[in-house]
Parts: sequence; structure tokens; C-alpha cells
Amino acid sequence: MRPYANPYLAGVGLGLVLLAAFVLAGQGLGASGAFAEVASATVKAVAPKAGGNAWFESYLSGGAPWSAWIVLELTGVILGGALSAVLAGRFRLQVARGPSLGVTPRLLMAAAGGVVMGVGAVLARGCTSGQALTGGALLSVGSWAFMIAVFAGGYATAPLLRRLWS
Amino acid sequence: MNEQMILAGLIGMAFGWSLERAGLGDAEKLAGQFYLRDFTVVKVMFTAILTAMLGLFWLGRLGVIDLAAIYVPQTWLLPQIAGGLIFGFGFVLSGLCPGTSCVAAATGRGDGLAAVAGLFMGVLGTGLAWPWIAGFADSTARGAFTLAELTGLPYGVVVAAITVLGIAAFVGLERFERRA
Repeated sequence: MRPYANPYLAGVGLGLVLLAAFVLAGQGLGASGAFAEVASATVKAVAPKAGGNAWFESYLSGGAPWSAWIVLELTGVILGGALSAVLAGRFRLQVARGPSLGVTPRLLMAAAGGVVMGVGAVLARGCTSGQALTGGALLSVGSWAFMIAVFAGGYATAPLLRRLWS
Repeated sequence: MNEQMILAGLIGMAFGWSLERAGLGDAEKLAGQFYLRDFTVVKVMFTAILTAMLGLFWLGRLGVIDLAAIYVPQTWLLPQIAGGLIFGFGFVLSGLCPGTSCVAAATGRGDGLAAVAGLFMGVLGTGLAWPWIAGFADSTARGAFTLAELTGLPYGVVVAAITVLGIAAFVGLERFERRA
């Protein structure tokens, strides 16, 4: 198992990937948008006549969800992440958790955190990828406000959740 | 499959590769950011922002690319602040964010898979609740609105200021880590 890369070098690499996305695709990176695409397609498949929800509609105008740019991009993230881990000898079935947390509570907390982030990402129109990274590099005011709020929210609640991680 | 679809997959692969190489598929490492034990998240994220920001600025300045052709995420100030605060709580709960939870799942981590499932439910549920939250979520809309427009400073000055602040933050962080 090889050690992880120097964070600054990894950051420059990630920044160049983001720059390539801007130059070649005219848009940055994203993650939560792919969840929004798939959720919208799911709602349409289950209840095709339930239309009128402006938020789902906004994701349904671009055709099939699996052909949406961001869904393909996030599929690439999964493949690229797996490939990198396998080549570095880091692929291992496990549950990453704090030293005093059991496997089941950890999985429940991870899922609960996912739900909470889903709420936040819909309200904010993006996540750490589409807002903080992408909008940050483009100097978007909303993206910087989001980024500062994420760290504020994280640091404000971390003491309450100390048992999860120590 | 057209060129943009292939490009999307390739850029995504490079994105996932970069996150994994930095160790950002590991929730303990990400959570460490919020307990001042591990600063990988901030170092990787701000180095990436500085790199892409400077690259965009110079490519635009040299006339290699047209900056007007790049999509700038729009601003809805209050919903984005509220969304960020909520998101930050979820970030510490799960130790992952949407992109990194996919990397965690892809590298064999069950907690990543749980976070991905939770994210889907959260996005779906909030989408279903949209008619009730739209009043707030659509408020304080400013369109594409940049820090240069907010401050009235030239684009280059904002880029330079953020670069200086970023490097100063890295120097401070390294000092803090050596002392800790």
C-alpha cells in the first residue's frame, strides 16, 4: 500500500483537471448535480404525470439522465477513483470509522450525513465540487459564501460529534 | 456517444484519480480537518482553487480562451449560506462530501456507499419538498455574480489578493502543524 500524495501536489493536479474542464468543456467539476439528475429521472419514471415540480423539471429538459454531462463525469470519478486505488494497492473492503464507533452506527451516521448534505446541496445548488471548487475558482460570490458556510457549519457542530471521530 | 460525453468521462476519471491520490476517499482523513488533526482537505482544495483560478486568469489574459464562454455558477446568497451550514453538519456526520463519498465507495469503503445512498435520499426528498421551500430557495438571486463585481476591484486584483491570502494561509497552517 503506497502512501498518499503530497496534498499540495495533489491540489495542483486537481486544479489542472478543473482547468481542463473549464477550457475543454466550458464548465467545471460537479458531484451533487449527478444525484439531482438521477433523482429527477427516478421521479419521472415512477410518477410521469406528477409534473409541475420546478426543481425536477429543471433537470429533465436535457434528455436522458445517463447522457447528462455531470452523470458521465461522476461515473468517471468512480472509475478513476477505483483505478487509482487498485494501482496503488489501496483498494480494500472496509468501513472507515472513528476508533470508538462500531460498524453499524458508522454506516447509519454516514447515511444520515449523506441525507443532510443532500438537503444542503439542493438549497445551495451544488456541493464542495460544483460550488466550492468550481465556483471558487471562478470567484462566484455565492460559491465563496457557500464554502465559508460549510466550514462554519462543520466547525460549529464538530465538538458535538466528537464521539464519532475520537 | 459524442466527444463531450467521452470528455465528461475522462475529466471525471482524472477528478476521481486526483481525489484518491490525495487520500480524500478516507473519511477519517476528511473528518480530521474539523478536529484540527489533518489539513489535507483545505490544502488540496485551496491549492486546486488557486491553480485553476490563476490558470483561467492567465489563459484569458493571453487570449487563449474566452472567459465569457465559461459557465459561472449563479448566486442565491441566503439559500447558499443556509445550504452551506447544513452541508457542513452533514460533512462532519459522514466524514465525506458528495464527490469523495463516490471515491470512498469506489475504493471498497462501505461508509462511502452508505453516504451515497443517503445523499440520493436527501436530494430526492428535498426535491419533492421544493414547492414548499422554493420561496426561500429562490430568494436573494443575483445571477452570475463575482467577487470582482461585488468589490468593484479589477479581476486581476481579486485574483492576486486571493493568491496572497491562500499562500499566507498555507504558511500559517504549516507552522501550526509543526507546533502541534
